[in-house]
Amino acid sequence: MNPTLPRWIDLGLLPVLNLAMALVAAAVVVWAIGLEPLGVLGLLIKGAWGSPAGLSYTLYYATTFVFTGLAVAVAFHAGLFNIGGEGQATIGGLGTGLVALAALHLTPGLPAAVLVPAMVLGAMLLGAAWAAVPGALQAWRGSHVVITTIMFNFLAAALMGYLLVEVLKEPVTMDLQSRAFEPAARMPAVHEVLQAVGVDWPATPLNLSVVLAALALVAVGWLLWRSRTGFALRASGHAPAAALYAGVDLKRQVMAAMVVSGALAGLVGVNEIAGVHQRLLPDFVAGAGFAGIAVSLIGRNHPVGIGLAALLFGTLYQGGAELAFEVPGFSRDMVFTLQGLIVLFAGALSTVLVGPLASLHQWLRRGPRDGAWAERA
Amino acid sequence: MTDAATPLAVHMVGISKHFGAVQANRAVDLGVQAGTVHGIVGENGAGKSTLMSILYGFYQADEGRIEIDGRAVRIRDSREAMALGIGMVHQHFMLVDTMSALDNVLLGAEPDWRLGAAREVLAGRLNTLMEQTGLSVRLDVMVEDLPVGERQRLEILKALVRGARVLILDEPTAVLTPDETSALFAALRGLCERGATVLLITHKLKEILALCDRVTVMRGGEVVLEREIAHTSVDDLAQAMVGRRVAAGRRMPSSEEQRPAAALQPALLKAQGLRWTDAFGVARLDEVSLELRPGEIVGVAGVTGNGQTELLEVLSGLKVPHSGTLVLAGDTFVPSAWLSPALARQRRLAHVPEDRLHRALVLPFAAWESAVLGYQGWRRYGRWAWMNRRAMRQATLDMLQAYDVRPRKPELRSSKFSGGNQQKLVLAREAQAQPSVLLVGQPTRGVDIGAIEFIHARLRAHRDAGGAVLVVSSELDEILAISDRVLVMNAGRVAGELPIEECEVAALGRLMGGAAH
Repeated sequence: MNPTLPRWIDLGLLPVLNLAMALVAAAVVVWAIGLEPLGVLGLLIKGAWGSPAGLSYTLYYATTFVFTGLAVAVAFHAGLFNIGGEGQATIGGLGTGLVALAALHLTPGLPAAVLVPAMVLGAMLLGAAWAAVPGALQAWRGSHVVITTIMFNFLAAALMGYLLVEVLKEPVTMDLQSRAFEPAARMPAVHEVLQAVGVDWPATPLNLSVVLAALALVAVGWLLWRSRTGFALRASGHAPAAALYAGVDLKRQVMAAMVVSGALAGLVGVNEIAGVHQRLLPDFVAGAGFAGIAVSLIGRNHPVGIGLAALLFGTLYQGGAELAFEVPGFSRDMVFTLQGLIVLFAGALSTVLVGPLASLHQWLRRGPRDGAWAERA
Repeated sequence: MTDAATPLAVHMVGISKHFGAVQANRAVDLGVQAGTVHGIVGENGAGKSTLMSILYGFYQADEGRIEIDGRAVRIRDSREAMALGIGMVHQHFMLVDTMSALDNVLLGAEPDWRLGAAREVLAGRLNTLMEQTGLSVRLDVMVEDLPVGERQRLEILKALVRGARVLILDEPTAVLTPDETSALFAALRGLCERGATVLLITHKLKEILALCDRVTVMRGGEVVLEREIAHTSVDDLAQAMVGRRVAAGRRMPSSEEQRPAAALQPALLKAQGLRWTDAFGVARLDEVSLELRPGEIVGVAGVTGNGQTELLEVLSGLKVPHSGTLVLAGDTFVPSAWLSPALARQRRLAHVPEDRLHRALVLPFAAWESAVLGYQGWRRYGRWAWMNRRAMRQATLDMLQAYDVRPRKPELRSSKFSGGNQQKLVLAREAQAQPSVLLVGQPTRGVDIGAIEFIHARLRAHRDAGGAVLVVSSELDEILAISDRVLVMNAGRVAGELPIEECEVAALGRLMGGAAH
């Protein structure tokens, strides 16, 4: 994206250097609390990638981050900042749950082949509908989506709370949760699938939503860069005047972007509710909607980058949990500190090195005489 | 010119400034007597804003020196300019809408750390100043509730109360009604009588004649005319502004045969009584009617800002007029059902917009993406949701070749092409749709000489193939070089229409300045 740098530096070297800066800063913090930075990093990576179980957890977390990261990216390309992933994911989970609970009450005994696709659809539809309201307010009333989507996060939480307390609560328990779904209303776990083909794999929350996430990455890439919808969407995001000139209806683009964005965020509900909990819970999103902003930012709003950034965040979640468990004095808060540093260096400060790298690159190519050092002076 | 006894209030000598390859100012001299109004006129990009920005400390000149009241000075930022008694009133007001008029003046120049006391002191000063100058502003009213004229008076008071003796006004009347304009001029006159010096940047020539003592005309970064107002006229200024070199190659021979035929054939586009009013209630288009017939190039001449931009936007469907009709390809459009840009393309009307960087191209897009902009829905570019990227790239490559756009890289970002190559790409895109009507805004603005010839040849070729072309240009040379018929716009109206044979520069200048035909 940076005009002064060749692609391999811009897309390859720069993110690696940004990540390295974050790790160095994190190392200082780890060292300051009296731990050994390299040892901690080793444990983190081992915890996240060193065992089948750890790897599965990492992928399970990454699945959620792919969905929320893509949700942010799609809106971003249309010039919209959707920070309502949290609420859209919550309502997506509600969609999944409503389908499962309705099936339980009305037509029990449906096969998984019917239930699971219906639950996926329910998540996408309600997530899309939840994002469509701020979208419509933006398109026709000019209410900024940054404001409305964040308000809709609170509305989503309140709605979920109300439904769980007043309507969907399981009668026999004090916990705030719905009845359990039917066994068939469940996204199959990866370890079950692997066992079916004869591979022994530890039981983890990793479920087939991870396949959905991979498909979503490809689909978003196709949508944005290979479809006419994406063309119009990106034109309206980059240059609204040019999009109008090209006959693009800007209001429609706002709606399209928000609906797709909301549907993607809603898929978090499939990973968490249909894949793991099998009942409706109030706070299952747990900040993943906001983490999606960082994932998209670090991933440069591109599916490939978002896939990698989601893996990075999955690694931090899983490796961090492992660390908190194994190392005395390394608390869960340290994991958040680490995340914060990565967001700071790879996201917020991601262009800090662009100038120096561009100068260095020119200097190496042309020699110091007419290089960029002189130009900058 | 210079009275030896009193030094010039502002004296800029040999000012040069370049931005990259663009020479914005070239050895510009400007001398302004204290107590006078000095006009600076020129088209967009003539360098007048750069010159004033140098005086106000926004930019540093590459060469040249500045003297204020006879003393050599260096002005490194606007704070230093203000300390030297130079104040600037920007075209877009620098006011906080949600603060009162008084607080806006207070902001950043509080005479006391206690706000109450500061307000009292300042209100006293302002009231005295308002009495002396006749510039009245209601100090306790929120800026957002003040009419535009009053906001401008507030900006002037703000500069004066901070000690400005030299006032730079950038297009001060662009947003004013005629009444507000004459009130402003009376106040500025009053200020000069009290010893202040006013520098007025504008492209409205009548205002220069009405208000100024002296005028400097800039063109292409250079001073082309400097004269006492008493010794000049609107025609002189218009000619100096848009250039007086009458191009040798005007009208191709083929047009001699085409023209009589053109007059007989039915119009491809017919607009009647177009009227469009901006948010301030100023009629930017006022009863504009025109016809475009097959096989002719109609040039729209005029000083920038007299409705040419709005005309293109209305004709291409980007703006809906408040009244008027448009007949295109057999359909009649009225304001309640105006044509859209997409419908315009279907009716074989193509448009090369004036604003190349924001409207004609999407700068971060690859060239092939910009090359299908507006035509992305075409059958040959894909079915349903799919974009046929191979077909798009191939079409782009053909366009790059046919219009000699360099480099011939469909993957290169649109922003990386030079202005001339960008323009050729846009023209290629619009031409490959084989339109019957081609609207072109500023076809060669920011375009190098070689590309200018090429673009003109393409426009003529389109005309000779039986199409109609409407060219809006602020370059009179260009209008004269390619048009068969010339419309002159002034204050939103068509001030006159002349066949090219009758186009005398002096007559055009008069029409541009607003004289009746």
